[in-house]
Amino acid sequence: MANETQTMTQTMTVSIWRENGDDGRFEKYEVPARENQTVLDVVAYVQQHIDPTLSYRFACRVGMCGSCAMMVNGSPRWTCRTHVSKVVADDQLEVAPLRNLPVIKDLATDMDPFFEKWVAAEAVFHPSKTRHDPMAAITPDDPMRIAASEAIECINCAVCYAACDVVESNPDYFGPAALNRSWSLVNDIRDDGQDVRLAAVGSNGGCHNCHSQQGCVQYCPNELNPTLSIAGLKRETTKALFRRSR
Amino acid sequence: MLDLRLYMLQRLTALIMAPLVIGHIAVMIYAVQGGLTVDEILARTQGSVAWFLFYGSFVVAVSIHGAIGLRVISFEWFGLNGRALQLFSWAVFALLFGLGAKAVYAVTFAGVGL
Repeated sequence: MANETQTMTQTMTVSIWRENGDDGRFEKYEVPARENQTVLDVVAYVQQHIDPTLSYRFACRVGMCGSCAMMVNGSPRWTCRTHVSKVVADDQLEVAPLRNLPVIKDLATDMDPFFEKWVAAEAVFHPSKTRHDPMAAITPDDPMRIAASEAIECINCAVCYAACDVVESNPDYFGPAALNRSWSLVNDIRDDGQDVRLAAVGSNGGCHNCHSQQGCVQYCPNELNPTLSIAGLKRETTKALFRRSR
Repeated sequence: MLDLRLYMLQRLTALIMAPLVIGHIAVMIYAVQGGLTVDEILARTQGSVAWFLFYGSFVVAVSIHGAIGLRVISFEWFGLNGRALQLFSWAVFALLFGLGAKAVYAVTFAGVGL
């Protein structure tokens, strides 16, 4: 308790985006400046101690579920694994809802457009076997297995989607996460939907819109490389075009 | 915005343009040796099927390549879409092709009589 009182004496200002069916604005809150706290801790403190009407989304608090991504001082971050000390600038902390997604309320965004694009990009597994067939044998050193392994471990947090300038200027663009998932499935020999997938990622909102600017690579909290995956899709769609015309 | 078809068209036209640009620059460096005159240029190009094909294919490639590039920029930066975007893209193509074709014709077969 003594420690708690001591740390409470030092405070910092956090600006949090408040929006509830209106235009929205930043509001300032005084919160304890603890030595060791995450951005999510700060948001939770405001909701629990200052204004219980603040809406935000989180679940696991350990960087597994992908629920708590927000814009922190202008950059998309997974807030549960982002320490305030690493991102605070001039003792200022600004927390806003993820870019490129509609706001439901305050810091909670509507993730529907994000996930609808996963389906549109055919980032969906098409089984080629039934449970009665033997398991597919895939060795760890298989090149396709290696390519797929590089693209998995996405937690669907939409940080890349918020970081992408093409998504911002082109609402039809599927975005890095969906295309990255499509690429992992292109490299899945158990999948039976490659033709529809390549047609989907070669369509209007597909991989060819990517400018290879690599905002997704810079901000992905799991250090994935969606730009590389998208380059793979560009290559495969081009190859498929020549296969078709032969 | 950019589907596979437009993406490939833009890449293929770039592939065509790259050697032609190098050829164009090489001829420029060669041609300006000892001064450059209209007569000298026309002597090389007039009535020449080879130069007509050289610059003609360049004009076609540039018109397609430039129209697709400006199409993306006008969509992403200025929000042009739908029919307006289609019209704009075709207008850019027509303008580039028209000006280029006029120039190519002028230095190859204009006044030569086919």
